[in-house]
Amino acid sequence: MIPELGHYALILALCLALAQAGFGLAGAYWRREDWLAVVRPAVAGHFVFVSLAFGCLVASFVANDFSLHYVAMNSNSALPTFYRVAAVWGAHEGSLLLWIVVLAVWTLAVAIFSRGLPATFGARVLAVLGLISAGFMTFTLATSNPFVRLMPAAADGNDLNPLLQDFALAVHPPILYTGYVGLSVAFSFAIAAMLEGRLDQLWARWTRPWTTVAWMFLTIGIALGSWWAYYELGWGGWWFWDPVENASFMPWLAATALIHSLAVTEKRGLFKSWTLLLAILGFSFSLLGTFLVRSGVLTSVHAFATDPARGLFVLTFLFLCIGGALALYAWRAPKLGSQSAFELWSRESFLLFNNVLLVVAAGLILLGTLYPIFVDWLQLPKVSIGAPWFNWAFMAPMLPLIALLGFGMHAAWKHARMAQHKKPLLVALAVALLAAFLIAVAGFGSAGVLTIIGLTAALWLMASALREPISRVRHGHSLSPSVLGMAIAHFGVGLFVLGVTGVESYKIQKDMPMRPGDVAEVGGYEFAFRGLRNATGPNYVAVEGDFAVTRNGREVATLHPQKRVYRVQQNPMTEAGISVGWTRDLFVALGEDLGAGAWSVRVQYKPLIRYIWLGALVMALGGIVATTDRRYRAVKAREPVAQPQAAGAPARGMAT
Amino acid sequence: MTPRRKRLFIVLAVLAGVSVAAALAVQAFRDNMMLFFDPSQVVAGEAPRDRAFRVGGMVTKGSVTREPGSLEVRFVVTDFRHSVPISYSGLLPDLFREGQGIVARGRLNESGVFVAEEVLAKHDENYMPPEVAESLKRDANSAPGSGAP
Repeated sequence: MIPELGHYALILALCLALAQAGFGLAGAYWRREDWLAVVRPAVAGHFVFVSLAFGCLVASFVANDFSLHYVAMNSNSALPTFYRVAAVWGAHEGSLLLWIVVLAVWTLAVAIFSRGLPATFGARVLAVLGLISAGFMTFTLATSNPFVRLMPAAADGNDLNPLLQDFALAVHPPILYTGYVGLSVAFSFAIAAMLEGRLDQLWARWTRPWTTVAWMFLTIGIALGSWWAYYELGWGGWWFWDPVENASFMPWLAATALIHSLAVTEKRGLFKSWTLLLAILGFSFSLLGTFLVRSGVLTSVHAFATDPARGLFVLTFLFLCIGGALALYAWRAPKLGSQSAFELWSRESFLLFNNVLLVVAAGLILLGTLYPIFVDWLQLPKVSIGAPWFNWAFMAPMLPLIALLGFGMHAAWKHARMAQHKKPLLVALAVALLAAFLIAVAGFGSAGVLTIIGLTAALWLMASALREPISRVRHGHSLSPSVLGMAIAHFGVGLFVLGVTGVESYKIQKDMPMRPGDVAEVGGYEFAFRGLRNATGPNYVAVEGDFAVTRNGREVATLHPQKRVYRVQQNPMTEAGISVGWTRDLFVALGEDLGAGAWSVRVQYKPLIRYIWLGALVMALGGIVATTDRRYRAVKAREPVAQPQAAGAPARGMAT
Repeated sequence: MTPRRKRLFIVLAVLAGVSVAAALAVQAFRDNMMLFFDPSQVVAGEAPRDRAFRVGGMVTKGSVTREPGSLEVRFVVTDFRHSVPISYSGLLPDLFREGQGIVARGRLNESGVFVAEEVLAKHDENYMPPEVAESLKRDANSAPGSGAP
């Protein structure tokens, strides 16, 4: 009964989403107040019924209703309740429903907070969101319905993939999807602006907080995924340039470019068509990511072909969304030109370079991700593109970006007098270089060229980010959340660079056979293998190793890596034993029984790796702080349409 | 600078940057492209001797051997027509099992043994690497008597 209710609710929600789209677009076009009045109630209804459908699926999982095909495939009665809920988005059908719910939440938020927008504009934004939602719901109902019954019902479920039975991965999809789907809001604002034929600085001000919040969730979501891969995939890497990871990283790069380009559009009325293009690009990447990851296209074109209906629908939907948006762009964007000039040395220039470099990085990653699929499709010999290529393709645009970032933060709009910043920034650079050498030589005992560049860049970036807020506070100037948010986010970039440089330069990994009683020395730490014992969990049995880690005779940590076998799926799973620290992680993973009493063991020393995820969190925190700026809330007060305020723009660093 | 010249300058700078980046990208792309071969192709000598590539197939049942207590492991992958011996020293993935599809990255040595630097098995018991599935399917089609081209 409950699944049928959910199925029915989803169909009703689809009808309401279509009403939301139809009345919004038609009402705005023909200026019919009565039609526009339908939009917001439709949004509310759409939200209620989507939530109901999702709630029904969750209830079916919690109640172990194995007469549902999707539940039987992805859950088990022995699964703890928390993971039964997380199992809802453990596979394709449920993730699509999650996507739809998240979109409904964003749409409701837009409907609530957009009351101050001009009526036709707000209706158009909501209508575009309704169209996207309708597309996803049609896809779900037609090809990937999670409410399909299983006849006869299964006695017990096939269990959730053991890799997904983990806290970080349970919360990773909802957070990542909140980011992905949030980009649809920026996209809808862009489409609405083009339909409306109006794109002014006020438009950018409305769009910015939505984009920043979406970007923030995307940042946290990607960081969670990376953290999970590090400890759960078992082998201690934090980024693999796997197609699935790339699919989430490309929208992030586009969104990062977009929030910077929006800053220029808001402050100076420039880069208008470019901003629109980035909004379209960001959402296109996120659609590509969502669809292609779950439908398996990215790992294999052949998996795609196993369900031709699904594949065809995906391609059609992508084509309609992206193609339609680009066609509208080609038609309307030329009318939205920017008339304003800026000097070569100005914040605009720096942000232009920022955008170019970020988009180049996204483009190169897209090339590396799609090329093997393309070649396969052409029936040419199969190839894969290795991590070294991606490392290069990412580093090459990012190094100049980091170098420019330190200066760009201090450049004024329109015309920057860099002379006044040159000296302090160069002094900071010299200090950073010295500190980098000190850390490298005294802390780790060696200094390569790339290591020094990385450490210097990280320290200089952090110092440079703090300079503006500190000097403002010292001179008794007010510190707006925008400026503070920007500084925090850029400080986070510095932390991230510090982490990447540290771990990539100084990590040590040893794979070896170990018998109980053996001691391994890695990175100045002694790892003593004290023995093995059996352990059991709610739905698995495990062999657990006992390792004592000492340094110079002092005990530092005891680690208990496990080799688990889950009862239902019978797959072995590696649970690493990790000791977390500010300066290093110590990592032990059990391989397999080698016979003769020995086990293969991977022991790793991972210096500064925590700063990678800490940096990402700090970036996200910067995003939160920046969105609390008062000027975004003032939108409610129905400001008159702002005239370009170029002449009155403050000369120096008035926020991003 | 006049706005016109400035625009020209920016366009030229972007153009120069993009072309340098593109040239470097193509070069790096070539260097990092890793070709895939199935065991039949390797046995037929189509795989390169002097550079790394990937080979994939099913791990032959009963072929996994190792000296007790050693990391060195040897096994055979097959596409059910031809087989390639593989040697590997290191930790095998959790889902490495006899009868399971795997992909290995490495190079051939003089005696025709593929020395793997990395062995991959996907985290799904029913998963078969797409390359493996494809070559198995192709073989089934071209097997004598099947009638298909």
